[in-house]
Amino acid sequence: MEVGRLPISASQRSKLIAAGYTTLSSFSSLSPSHLARDLKISDNEAAEIMRVASHSHRLDGSAGGCGTVNGAQTAWDMLHEEEMFPRITTSCEDLDNILGGGINCKEVTEIGGVPGIGKTQLGIQLAINVQIPVDYGGLGGKAIYIDTEGSFMVERALQIAEACIEDMSECGGLLRKDSQACQLKMHPNNILENIFYFRVCSYTEQIALINYLDKFISEHKDVKIVIVDSVTFHFRQDFDDMALRTRLLSGMALKLMKLAKDFSLAVVLLNQVTTKYIDGSFQLTLALGDSWSHSCTNRVILYWNGNERYAYIDKSPSLRSASAPYSVTSKGIRNSASNCKRIKMM
Amino acid sequence: MANKQISQMGLPKSIANVFAARNVFTAKALSLMELRVQNEHLAGHLPTHMKGLDEALCGGIPFGVLTELVGPAGIGKTQFCLKLSLLASLPANYGGLDGHVIYIDVESKFSSRRLIEIGVKSFPEIFHRKEMAQEMAGRIHVLRPASLSEFTESLQQIKVSLLQNQVKLLVIDSMAALVTGEFEHGAPRQKTLGWHVSFIKSLAEFSRIPVVVTNQVRSQSRDETCHYFFQVQSWNETIEDRTRHDSHLVAALGINWAHAVTIRLVLEAKSGQRFIKVAKSPIAPPLAFPFNITSSGILLLSDDGIELTGPDINTIHCQGHNDIINFGGESLQ
Repeated sequence: MEVGRLPISASQRSKLIAAGYTTLSSFSSLSPSHLARDLKISDNEAAEIMRVASHSHRLDGSAGGCGTVNGAQTAWDMLHEEEMFPRITTSCEDLDNILGGGINCKEVTEIGGVPGIGKTQLGIQLAINVQIPVDYGGLGGKAIYIDTEGSFMVERALQIAEACIEDMSECGGLLRKDSQACQLKMHPNNILENIFYFRVCSYTEQIALINYLDKFISEHKDVKIVIVDSVTFHFRQDFDDMALRTRLLSGMALKLMKLAKDFSLAVVLLNQVTTKYIDGSFQLTLALGDSWSHSCTNRVILYWNGNERYAYIDKSPSLRSASAPYSVTSKGIRNSASNCKRIKMM
Repeated sequence: MANKQISQMGLPKSIANVFAARNVFTAKALSLMELRVQNEHLAGHLPTHMKGLDEALCGGIPFGVLTELVGPAGIGKTQFCLKLSLLASLPANYGGLDGHVIYIDVESKFSSRRLIEIGVKSFPEIFHRKEMAQEMAGRIHVLRPASLSEFTESLQQIKVSLLQNQVKLLVIDSMAALVTGEFEHGAPRQKTLGWHVSFIKSLAEFSRIPVVVTNQVRSQSRDETCHYFFQVQSWNETIEDRTRHDSHLVAALGINWAHAVTIRLVLEAKSGQRFIKVAKSPIAPPLAFPFNITSSGILLLSDDGIELTGPDINTIHCQGHNDIINFGGESLQ
């Protein structure tokens, strides 16, 4: 049941939502002192909120129906929740269209492609777009960028940040007549400040970092996207025991999914490609094997089609298979400049 | 160094200690900017003195990452490496790094005579004095490993000299020759290559020096495709591809290696003219610059590169190459 329907004061409600508690089930199992600490209110107030919450829960017979399984959420509640969080735009309209608006929070999206297709570019673009303020249709959040290959270049992030601010000012100028009200106070340095950059040099460090991310994010609740670039690198180098690798990878995937769900953030994993012998010929496929391909919620493959870069939705529970062109410019990821821009449905 | 960054982040003590213990390097992107771009020597890049290329790469060969030079035989990869070694050993006021260079010469291509020639022609004011020439040349250490295991051993030694902060550039010419000779194509080779790649990358990052590696080319076999399962290929296309494959060159060492390098510079010859292309880079657009090899190294014929769209930037041509070697004699085509 959503927090929005609780009979509590508006300030208490906004505190709950700001702290990340959007449904009853998310805080009903906590102790009042824990809730009080998170919301920065007194213990008594927190106890009062929880009492009201459990009372409404009992009253709301229809939601309580099938002897509510503790911790479960109804599909209806989930639908409302999804609408509360806007998607993270990729700055390319065609790409956003096939993604249903952009990268979704609470889901793990895997993006893979050949070297040089623009995976790191997309990663940096997303780390910057998550910071677009709520007034401009964004999430106003921070980003965590986990770099396993050393391909993150600060100068490039600065370039893309400057272009993003330019676009926002143009947009703001068009939409609002009163330019004073929407003074865009963002400076590229502010954007860089909101990207938490981690560099890991081995698979053990990678796993350790992901294990500790939940502590980090509970201290920094406004992180709304975690980007791992790339999740493959350390697992391809010198693994003797393939079974161990599969175990480690699935453990890591589960942790990332839990992270996405618990903190309502988007997780984007960038993957590499490998060749596989299927049906008598070699084909390109994303790395890390078949068991890994089940781990992500959504899968996007970036590829070359003639002279253009395309993205293809390979796997998604809610999006249909489609491909769309995009281009990498000095301003970041943008719409492709070709004349016949068509989204091809498969 | 990890401790310094973590303390700047304002993390609670418990987490900071854990991260420090695990040696996880963390920082905010802004402090990265301050650390690297604003404070590092030459903003973290080694200028190549080829204006167009330096502009495209935002200053030159970047520190801390792997840059790959790939191209057919005789195109100029070793010349490029010689020029870079010279540039790294020059004093700071001439645009150099004022440091030592480790040159790993696998195929015995290093020519000290050619190095001095490049030096004399490009920086006459330094090299005309014999002691200066001796000092510059004395900063370049050439290693000639005879096998992969010797190379691995010397890597460990290199790590020590890097810690002492004297070495400012590492050149490996060529990586392909080291690995190809030792193993059969397949799993053992990939594993060893993988280990070396990781080690060299961590060396580069840890000591923040540029690392340049050369790679060879091989012809693309008929079995190879570069398509995904969802890309439908028409029958006509496959016939066309087959005739192309015979003269089609690709970089050696496989796709895993292609992912691991951060910057890939492709040198090729097309219709008798040599080009240097920025095929993979996090910051540069796909540009191709025509160049010639002169007595002072590599000279770009035009500083405005030709922008190539599409996957063509990755293809390696070897057309008209023989014409160049024939010193402009009658064209055979």
